Amino acid sequence: MSSSTHADATQADSAQSDLDLSSAPRRTRGLWRDTARYLLHDPLVVACVLYIATLVVVSVFPDTIAPLSYEQTSFRDKLLSPGSIATSEKLAGHRFLLGSDRLGRDILSRLVYGTRVSIAVAFIGSAVSFLIGVGYGLVSGYSSARIDNLMMRLVDVVYGYPTLILVILLQVYLTGISQQEAGQTTGLQRVVIGLDNRTGGLFFVFVAVGAVSWLNMARLTRGQVMHFRDQEFVQAAYAVGVPDRLILWRHLLPNVLGPCIVAGTLAIPTYIYTEAFLSFIGLGVQPPMPSWGGMISKGYGAMRSAPHLIFPPALALFLTMLAFNFLGDAVRDAMDPRIRHR
Amino acid sequence: MLRVIVRRLLWFLPVFCLVTGITFVTMHSLPGGPFDKEKTPPALVEQMEAVFGLDRPLHEQYLTWLGNVVRLRFGPSLASRGRPVESFLLPGLSVSAQLGMWAMLFGLLIGLPAGIVAALGHGTWLDHGATFVAILGVSIPAIVLGPLLYWLFGLELGWLPVAKWAELSDGIVPYFKHALLPAITLGAGISAMLARLTRASLLQVLHEDYIRVAHAKGLAPRVVTTRHALRNALIPVVTYLGPLTAAVLTGSLVVEQIFAIPGMGRYFVTSISSRDYPTVMAVVVIYSVIIVAANLGVDIVYVFLDPRRRDAS
Repeated sequence: MSSSTHADATQADSAQSDLDLSSAPRRTRGLWRDTARYLLHDPLVVACVLYIATLVVVSVFPDTIAPLSYEQTSFRDKLLSPGSIATSEKLAGHRFLLGSDRLGRDILSRLVYGTRVSIAVAFIGSAVSFLIGVGYGLVSGYSSARIDNLMMRLVDVVYGYPTLILVILLQVYLTGISQQEAGQTTGLQRVVIGLDNRTGGLFFVFVAVGAVSWLNMARLTRGQVMHFRDQEFVQAAYAVGVPDRLILWRHLLPNVLGPCIVAGTLAIPTYIYTEAFLSFIGLGVQPPMPSWGGMISKGYGAMRSAPHLIFPPALALFLTMLAFNFLGDAVRDAMDPRIRHR
Repeated sequence: MLRVIVRRLLWFLPVFCLVTGITFVTMHSLPGGPFDKEKTPPALVEQMEAVFGLDRPLHEQYLTWLGNVVRLRFGPSLASRGRPVESFLLPGLSVSAQLGMWAMLFGLLIGLPAGIVAALGHGTWLDHGATFVAILGVSIPAIVLGPLLYWLFGLELGWLPVAKWAELSDGIVPYFKHALLPAITLGAGISAMLARLTRASLLQVLHEDYIRVAHAKGLAPRVVTTRHALRNALIPVVTYLGPLTAAVLTGSLVVEQIFAIPGMGRYFVTSISSRDYPTVMAVVVIYSVIIVAANLGVDIVYVFLDPRRRDAS
């Protein structure tokens, strides 16, 4: 419904501009403005947005927010309980608000630096799924049946794997390659490995998450394009000689975008979880770089003796996934006019 | 109907060859082999590799492997001194299957009623409560819920054993005591997803014209709900059982790691790092076959549920 309004408006722009001049631009912006207004009325949504915004700020400026560096060890301050004050001269006067881990590192600081990993993965996953997934789906849905078939069969093959297994295999492969001796690698490989080492293994996690994130989006976009491509406004555009590139960009993309944004938001927790799980089993971000999943894994091993290790990262991971899920649900409701006006 | 099944099965063959082929090449191109250890002399490593045929060209190895798999032979494990892969994967598969079954049962028993109650009481506190719990359920990942349950019931309250797995032959009570926490960890997310799906689907159906007609005919509300609305509302839920099987498979991989359960997923992770090619390949084969079978089963059930589909084929 919402999308056909938009389609009419787009069409109105080109075909009947003299008839509908005053109302066309207003209607074009209607969907987005209505959505935003609906979203901002819900205090829960505002809370989620504020929480996510805080995480983003924290992940951009971890150096100023974290009290210590994430690799600052202090062997005399091992496994301190939350709130205790450092006993070593090196950190004299420092208070470990969330306690310290088994190497005497400040858990709060590690949590802050771990935020960076989760937010970065969320961003990369979304970016890849929009750039590659939507693009792939647009082309596949608009191409001839033969090309479409070929492109979708490729997606099917990757779908034959359970996602997590594919991610694990990819990750093992990438880290395996990076451990080869320097003489066996080519120039490009060396650049990639260097990039990965400098980001503490984060780059390969990006690749693994990105490799699977676009599949769903491609399928969704293709289905949407198939739905719209035979409708009158697309046919009309085609009839007056609008080039395919412009039909895709001006007419199909705006109509397809709504469901894609909803699916994209709802998929973010999956990206965050994939990274956390990879780090949990030791295949993700490499120590000493902190990640929530890695911290949960370390804390899980010491649950009997030091339960304060696991709770901060576990809570952070849960709250972050919850916030993105809430936001995704709210965006979906906001974009559905049937629910919005009920 | 038969044509659909045959076509699906035929399409499975190339996908199967591609999936296994890619895994095969990926695994073999990893640096390091199954026999590389610090103290093993290189000559011995070469000899071992020759025994297991690892010195032959890659495509030749793959074809040999494929030929054996057709005869359901997955070859000797390279990590555990030539034991056939089946001998330890099958018990693992049985444990994983039991875990998955309990989790799915838990998910269905909680998720379906919750979704139905929420949809029927749309807008009431029951609906809001169920929706809220469901969103908590999809947001709490296994690596958070598992440790939380472990800490609460295993350590603080001491009610349930933590980690490991008991066979049914050890007695029913120990069996369920061991299975309970992993099954809930795996099933919580499933029940939450099912509840959300059921609620959305039933809400949509309840607004259809034929429901209004049924009410107008004077049918009892209970009959309208069960015979007219629910039957149609459950179709998307059934379709979802295919992807759900995949979710249970990968989820059990996670849960087996957390609770140290000797299932198939654990062998997968350990066999990758020990370069135990036959075990990795066998696990990938089993996973893909299960997923394809689940999707095929869903397709067949779907045809029976939806009369429009039945007539079309």
